[in-house]
Amino acid sequence: MRRHLQWSIKQLTASYSDGQLSPRRVTEEALQDALRWKTLNAFVRLTPEQAAKQAQESEQRYKQGQPTSDIDGVTIAIKDNFCTKDVHTTCASRMLQDFVPPYDATVCSRLKQAGAVVLGKTNMDQFAMGAGTVDSLYGPTKNIWSEDFDKDRWRIAGGSSGGSASAVAAGLCYAAIGSDTGGSTRNPASYCGVVGLKPTYGLVSRHGLIPLVNSMDVPGIFARSVSDCVAVLNTVAGQDQLDSTTIRKPFTRLNLPEVGQIDLSTVRIGIPKEYHCHGLSAEVLETWSKVADLLECSGASVRQVSLPNTASSIFVYSILNQCEVASNMARYDGIEYGHRASNERSTEQLYALSRAEGFNEVVKTRILTGNFLLLKKNYDHYFEKALRVRRLIAEDFAKVFDSSAQEERVDILLTPTTLTEAPLYKDFASLTNRDQCAVQDFCTQPANMAGIPAVSIPIRLSRAGLPLSLQLMSNSLNEQLLLTVARWIEAQVEFDSLEHTQEYKASL
Amino acid sequence: MHYSIIRRLATQPKLANAPKKKWKSVVGLEVHAQIASASKLFSGSGTSFGAPLNSSVAYFDASIPGTLPVLNRKCVESGIKTSLALGCRVNEVSMFDRKHYFYADLPNGYQITQQRAALANDGKMTFPVITPGKKVYYKTAKLLQLQLEQDSGKSLHDDYLKRSLVDLNRAGLPLMELVFAPDLETGEEAASLVKELILILRRLQTCSCKMEEGALRVDANISIHQEGDPLGVRTEVKNIGSVRSISQAITYEINRQLETVTNGGVITNETRNWDAENRRTVAMRDKEVLQDYRFMPEPNLPPLHVNLKPGSISTEDLLSVAALSEEIPELPEDTRQRLLEQYNLNAETAIILVNEPILLDHFLSITRSLTELPKRVIYNFLINDLLTYCNKLNIDVEDCSIKANDLKDILISLHDELINLQAARQLIELLHKNPEAKVNELIELHNLQQICSPDEIENLCQLAIANQAKAVQQYQKGKTKSLFAIAGEVAKLSSQKANMKLVVQCLEKLLKPTNK
Repeated sequence: MRRHLQWSIKQLTASYSDGQLSPRRVTEEALQDALRWKTLNAFVRLTPEQAAKQAQESEQRYKQGQPTSDIDGVTIAIKDNFCTKDVHTTCASRMLQDFVPPYDATVCSRLKQAGAVVLGKTNMDQFAMGAGTVDSLYGPTKNIWSEDFDKDRWRIAGGSSGGSASAVAAGLCYAAIGSDTGGSTRNPASYCGVVGLKPTYGLVSRHGLIPLVNSMDVPGIFARSVSDCVAVLNTVAGQDQLDSTTIRKPFTRLNLPEVGQIDLSTVRIGIPKEYHCHGLSAEVLETWSKVADLLECSGASVRQVSLPNTASSIFVYSILNQCEVASNMARYDGIEYGHRASNERSTEQLYALSRAEGFNEVVKTRILTGNFLLLKKNYDHYFEKALRVRRLIAEDFAKVFDSSAQEERVDILLTPTTLTEAPLYKDFASLTNRDQCAVQDFCTQPANMAGIPAVSIPIRLSRAGLPLSLQLMSNSLNEQLLLTVARWIEAQVEFDSLEHTQEYKASL
Repeated sequence: MHYSIIRRLATQPKLANAPKKKWKSVVGLEVHAQIASASKLFSGSGTSFGAPLNSSVAYFDASIPGTLPVLNRKCVESGIKTSLALGCRVNEVSMFDRKHYFYADLPNGYQITQQRAALANDGKMTFPVITPGKKVYYKTAKLLQLQLEQDSGKSLHDDYLKRSLVDLNRAGLPLMELVFAPDLETGEEAASLVKELILILRRLQTCSCKMEEGALRVDANISIHQEGDPLGVRTEVKNIGSVRSISQAITYEINRQLETVTNGGVITNETRNWDAENRRTVAMRDKEVLQDYRFMPEPNLPPLHVNLKPGSISTEDLLSVAALSEEIPELPEDTRQRLLEQYNLNAETAIILVNEPILLDHFLSITRSLTELPKRVIYNFLINDLLTYCNKLNIDVEDCSIKANDLKDILISLHDELINLQAARQLIELLHKNPEAKVNELIELHNLQQICSPDEIENLCQLAIANQAKAVQQYQKGKTKSLFAIAGEVAKLSSQKANMKLVVQCLEKLLKPTNK
């Protein structure tokens, strides 16, 4: 294990500046490590030539003393549902197995513009429909914290952005891009013991992100520390002409105070009682209350709040998700791009067979259900009603964040991210996709309903030696405070995202 | 189907017993007008007609995954201006929806349109109805809705190779869909509505209205019922390619329905194509499955807000309806009223001039520069001679290559009695064939000058009198009309060049009994 991996992005780029390390060397090592850790199945595709070129250019800039940004030369990985120019983008599906986008997603172009070195594309559930990264054309991604990588004894990485989480957790890159529709960034971050940020809806452009649910999708960020997460967010956030749903207000770069300067006395933390839900493990509960105590002891006001519509959220999410999936997947007909069946006897048969062959069962089930729910006779009863309940869920958050009564208002909500530590593959795989998501997304998807930012941070290890994480949520566009509090907690708990590797320990 | 059967059962006894009631036809139009714009509704690709196949296709137009729609501001402006010109209420908030169906030339598998909340509603159009041989009258049709939507691509079928090819140049072009209430009764009314709509859209410059390029497409819903009964089952006629066809197609379809019902048949709810060649409507072969479009709000486009405050101005984020209303030019009906008042024209003349924008341009330009000419001479020449000539050639006045200045020269020559009307008509023909020629030169070249010399006229008249002895006899018996026959003879003898006013005077003088 490379010693520099425990460094922050700031330390890494400083070492580039003073010549101690070079982007080229870090990139080469990262690509070697990625091959060594093939068993994790974090990457579906490495892009060594492109990475080498980017690293070389970055090195030139450092030599001239002119790095382009805070993340120049930093190695990152990108989930395979972000379009990358001239690099396959498959959504881990047979449908897009041969799809090579002619353009870069805005997130990717901004990262490249900033000089980041893209190592490759990471594994995911097909079209991001899943919570385990087990439903991929390229096979499941394994959690690096697994006690055992053999047979069914390994732990899932979570999903759907499991590849990105796994790559960051394994030290294969400094940061990774994922997407988050109902928890797809925070869930694997939680299981893999890394920081996973879901920014405010509209803060980061979705242009080039192959959609799951347009009204909830947000590009997510994985890193091993909150400040690294901020460095990436500062690079990718801000209005984009190509995405009409991005927030028009100019983005102000986040600048977190040093841990010592953080004053919690003005921070009001809410503990939503509804998140104390069925299936919450004792260890997660214990972690939750410990951190709540920690905050309270350090001057924050901590109190219980209620988000009464939380329990409806998963049903609303399920309906809206399936409806948008049915619509978004309609373009995959084998005509312009994507998998095309060999039967061209009629247009209808070509469609039917291309889609039957290109999509997995999960995708097909959601398309079928979504189309049923969107039928004229069902629309009001399902979709319209779901939209109304979605507004209620958003209002729940608005009430606690914007309440006119000072004493009822809170700034930050503290909740579990996932209900348990990372499950064993065999346990997880025994559930249906529907149940997998319903359980695993319970605490994460309400934030997507309301469009508010949320971050998962690792807190400690379970008795089984697996990461346990918590989630913080704040009002829209309050990333500054959200991540300030996250950083404070991070400093207190001193979780080491790389502690899993014996190799790493030996190198210390 | 059920509905039709019940209707038939319900009406048949009446047909048998009661005296026959009058059949009424009901026509409603849906018009798709392509918004004149440099780029598409949601993407930056070009819109020029006839570009090489698949050359104006942005990634979004081909539904490349991850691409998102970005609304074209210019198209919204055009939509609002059109709505205002048609008396609509522009909605403060309108929304976009996805309409799903699978078709090879619909790359997304859905069309982005406005179903729940359109850009504008509740307008109306009042327009003159011109039916050959009938008095012009005004008709009003309600405009229920004006919505923005994207066009689909085009499928090209190669029957020989058994292949379908797709051209996406049209995919994503901006359209305004105008849904009119079924307030019309005849094909002529429908054609007149579309004619007026074309005039308005062209004035606004929001649509080229070139039906031959598909820039304006008209679908007609047609039904018949007996007076006092509920509306009948309607058919939809598509593929109407010209204003002239609108009238023909609807008239055909009304008659077909009447004939069907008279023969005991049943009208089924179906889509029919207008076959311009054989001048009939034909049921479309596509099996008519009931489509459920599974409408859903378009999640990638925020609701479209406009500023309705009077006196407001447009900003980067918000268009002002008041500011756009300032940009609306004089509309055709206003021009007609102005012509009536300013030039003392009769209503029919004003309608004809306004309906042929080129004629109107010529009229205004000629009246401005030739103030000494009576207006009547000018519009009569334009309508009776120029327009008639074009109609004879079956071309639009726009396609007649004669320039306004040449028309002026002809009118001056006519006014100065240098030439006569016959020669003027000849000049129109000569100039259309050779637009570069000068009027004076043509007069010289073709020897078109009017014969005005009294001697020459008298010689011609004498000759005519000699040739038309019978007419002379009748005239002298008091049948004054016979003078025309003799004058006609003079015209013929002079190859239509004699000044007929002088000829008539001369003939009258020569044939006066006292002169004998």
